[in-house]
Amino acid sequence: MSEKDIALMAHLMRRAGFGASREELERRVANGYEATVEELLNPEQQPPWEEDLARRHHIGARYGNGLPETQGWWLQRMVSTKRPLEEKMTLFWHSILCTGNAKVDHPQTVQVQIEMLRRHCLGNYRELLGDLSRDPAMIIYLDNRDNHKGAINENWGRELLELFTMGVGNYTEDDVKEASRAFTGWTHKPFPPLYPFQRYFLEFEYKPDDHDDGEKTFLGQRGRFNGDDILDIVVRQPATARFIARHLYNFFVADEPHVPAWPHTPPRDGAAVNILADAYLQSGYDMRSVMRALFNSDFFKDESVHYAKVKSPVEVVVGTLRLVEDYITPKPGIDALVTQAGYMGQMILNPPSVEGWHAGKEWINSGSLSSRVNFVAERVGDTTMPGVQNIINRLATESRMSAPDFVDGCLELVGPLTIGEQARAALIAHVEQGGPLSRDTEEQRSDFARRTGRVLQLIAATREYQFA
Amino acid sequence: MADPKTKDPVLVVVQLSGGNDYLNTIIPYNNGLYQDYRPNIGIPQEDVIPIDDDLGFNPNLAPLKEKFWDTGKMALVHGVGFEGCNRSHFRSMDVWHTAEPDKMGTEGWLGRAIREIDPQAENVLTGVSFGPGLPRAMALPGVPVASVMELERYGVLTGITPQQERDQALEIFARMYGPTVGTGYVMDYLSQTGSDILKGADVLKTAPAKYSSTIEYSNSPIGQSLRGAAQVHLADMGARVIYTEVGNFDTHANELAMHEPLWQDLSASLVDFYDDLREHNASDNVVMLLFTEFGRRCRDNGTGTDHGTGGGAIVIGDPVKGGFYSEYPSIEEEKLLDGDLQFNYDFRGLYSTVLESWMGLDAKPCVGGTFEKLDFI
Repeated sequence: MSEKDIALMAHLMRRAGFGASREELERRVANGYEATVEELLNPEQQPPWEEDLARRHHIGARYGNGLPETQGWWLQRMVSTKRPLEEKMTLFWHSILCTGNAKVDHPQTVQVQIEMLRRHCLGNYRELLGDLSRDPAMIIYLDNRDNHKGAINENWGRELLELFTMGVGNYTEDDVKEASRAFTGWTHKPFPPLYPFQRYFLEFEYKPDDHDDGEKTFLGQRGRFNGDDILDIVVRQPATARFIARHLYNFFVADEPHVPAWPHTPPRDGAAVNILADAYLQSGYDMRSVMRALFNSDFFKDESVHYAKVKSPVEVVVGTLRLVEDYITPKPGIDALVTQAGYMGQMILNPPSVEGWHAGKEWINSGSLSSRVNFVAERVGDTTMPGVQNIINRLATESRMSAPDFVDGCLELVGPLTIGEQARAALIAHVEQGGPLSRDTEEQRSDFARRTGRVLQLIAATREYQFA
Repeated sequence: MADPKTKDPVLVVVQLSGGNDYLNTIIPYNNGLYQDYRPNIGIPQEDVIPIDDDLGFNPNLAPLKEKFWDTGKMALVHGVGFEGCNRSHFRSMDVWHTAEPDKMGTEGWLGRAIREIDPQAENVLTGVSFGPGLPRAMALPGVPVASVMELERYGVLTGITPQQERDQALEIFARMYGPTVGTGYVMDYLSQTGSDILKGADVLKTAPAKYSSTIEYSNSPIGQSLRGAAQVHLADMGARVIYTEVGNFDTHANELAMHEPLWQDLSASLVDFYDDLREHNASDNVVMLLFTEFGRRCRDNGTGTDHGTGGGAIVIGDPVKGGFYSEYPSIEEEKLLDGDLQFNYDFRGLYSTVLESWMGLDAKPCVGGTFEKLDFI
């Protein structure tokens, strides 16, 4: 098993999931790359999430109140799932088709949307759009409940075209108005009374009386279009194929410029975007087929795109917890870690706007970098964590006792990660300064563990560690 | 311009995210068309706080009127915008941040201003931003900006004890983030950011300890951001451009119910901020600019308003000459642009006024040209 195979598998697992331990990587390499891709693409063949166990610590996540508990519920699932791509895809859709609790003001309603996204995450995009248009959280977030016959509200109609399908420049202001007309009457059932049960789940409702049944002209076609007709038209547009393809490339392969720049800036890898767009159209918008094309492509495997993405805060938090093997079995306390991702700039279920988060390089600023480094350093420096102990034991078994060997071993076991010569030299000098490493006595073994923790902390602080 | 012999001029920018509805902020309350356009969300004539026979304040801005307008320290700049607004939040905000309406810009106008102020980047705290992200307006390679969520948490490897070991770790951090050649744009950016943290953290963290005030700010994000801004300003660290953000002003629905808490809280927080500065005799060198990416549609859509184009901006501060600037766009049907207020004043002129008349900088390199200035300073 070559270090190259491990590196490729680690790349796949960082992108299709939230990273994997050295042991898991070795097991997967033994199984083969394409078999691993198939396993990831078919989450239903993996054991389901042990929801009952998590429920004990998140009693209110489904029926209570409180955003942190609902956020913690999802974060817990990302950490302990055995179906990593399912959660990663769900996060992908949440980043684009996003809805924020700040406006919906009912975390459970947003959570129902997340469950809907998860259900469709590797399914058909047309079906996803159909359910998204009927999703009560979205109907509140983009105001379609205020989109009436004779008095349109353009919010949903505009963002459907601008952010969820074709992108700016592929439609006119009139198309926005006509699409909005087609979605009049798409609303949710009235709120049940607030007391005594507090807010409760909402259901979609179509009101024919409030629907503008007149003729519409949309993207050059005429008809008495209803919302589903609009979705049928937009989903098959080549612009939509390219837009979704570029989003996938940006999220799973390498950072692209921010979305408003897309009409003016060609993709980093136009051929790759074309491959994905073709897969989208040829498969009839089947995301599983598109993702299979992506993960098995040469452009994805190419070493130039390994670590070509700045980790999102959720990737930092979930990836670190998986690395140190904390919260693998649900336990209380994870809700507070959502706030940590918030300090780094990403609050799940509450994106700053319908644009989602500014990702890539924009994840980094002096405040967020402080938070990232400190969060990871605190956890990888805790040598009681099972994942950290595994690293210590492995270093010992492989007797990585010289300073360069020791540092390289740590880098292999958290990545494998390659860091700049200057940074590597600084780490080696640090280890040398602490004297020779040895594990003969109890005292030396504990010193070895402590020093491993410190080197892991310093690795977490490197520039290179900020990339996925 | 501020007197260079005494204190350096400071600019505080407050971004109203989502597109604030200027028509319901500064209201043409005696124009019958206003109520016609807005049968559902028009502010009743009797609730508007009149300024003159034509215009009045939304009642939620009452504290601002009393504190700043009535004392002649508030400029209302009408009809601000740019040619070719496509009503996208994201594109519009980008245009405002980069001052590039005609092409895709990547450099922030305030980043350029900070470079003008401190070309050698000698003080990493010349620009300070409060909030979870760094606004694109401040982003410019080579220009350090301290981006702060909480002043107390700023700094790396804070968990390592004892101090001697932390010092050692920070030394390694400094080496790891040292300048490197040919490692790529994002790597270089990381290097710079990491080094800036090291330079700024020890200074920045002292601000809360130096601070004492009788003002109790609102617990809202904007209240706390402005409190942080006051702490940094009062600690005299050389911060010249301070940025904060408040939202969400995207009032497609329930505009009345959304505007009320937003503007009440923002008004109270702005008043708190100035009271705080005045309490410390530190308000005379601060000017505050409030802007938003666009205005909203003239006609309401039921309970809210959709995206529009021309908006308005507010400038507040002791050195400000209060009053109306530029022209309030006509709301006559035939004067509207696709149902929106027509902008009549290029936002880059507003920036130029603030940069040249207040900050004493050459605006041209910051906004990419020469634009008509106003005389509110």
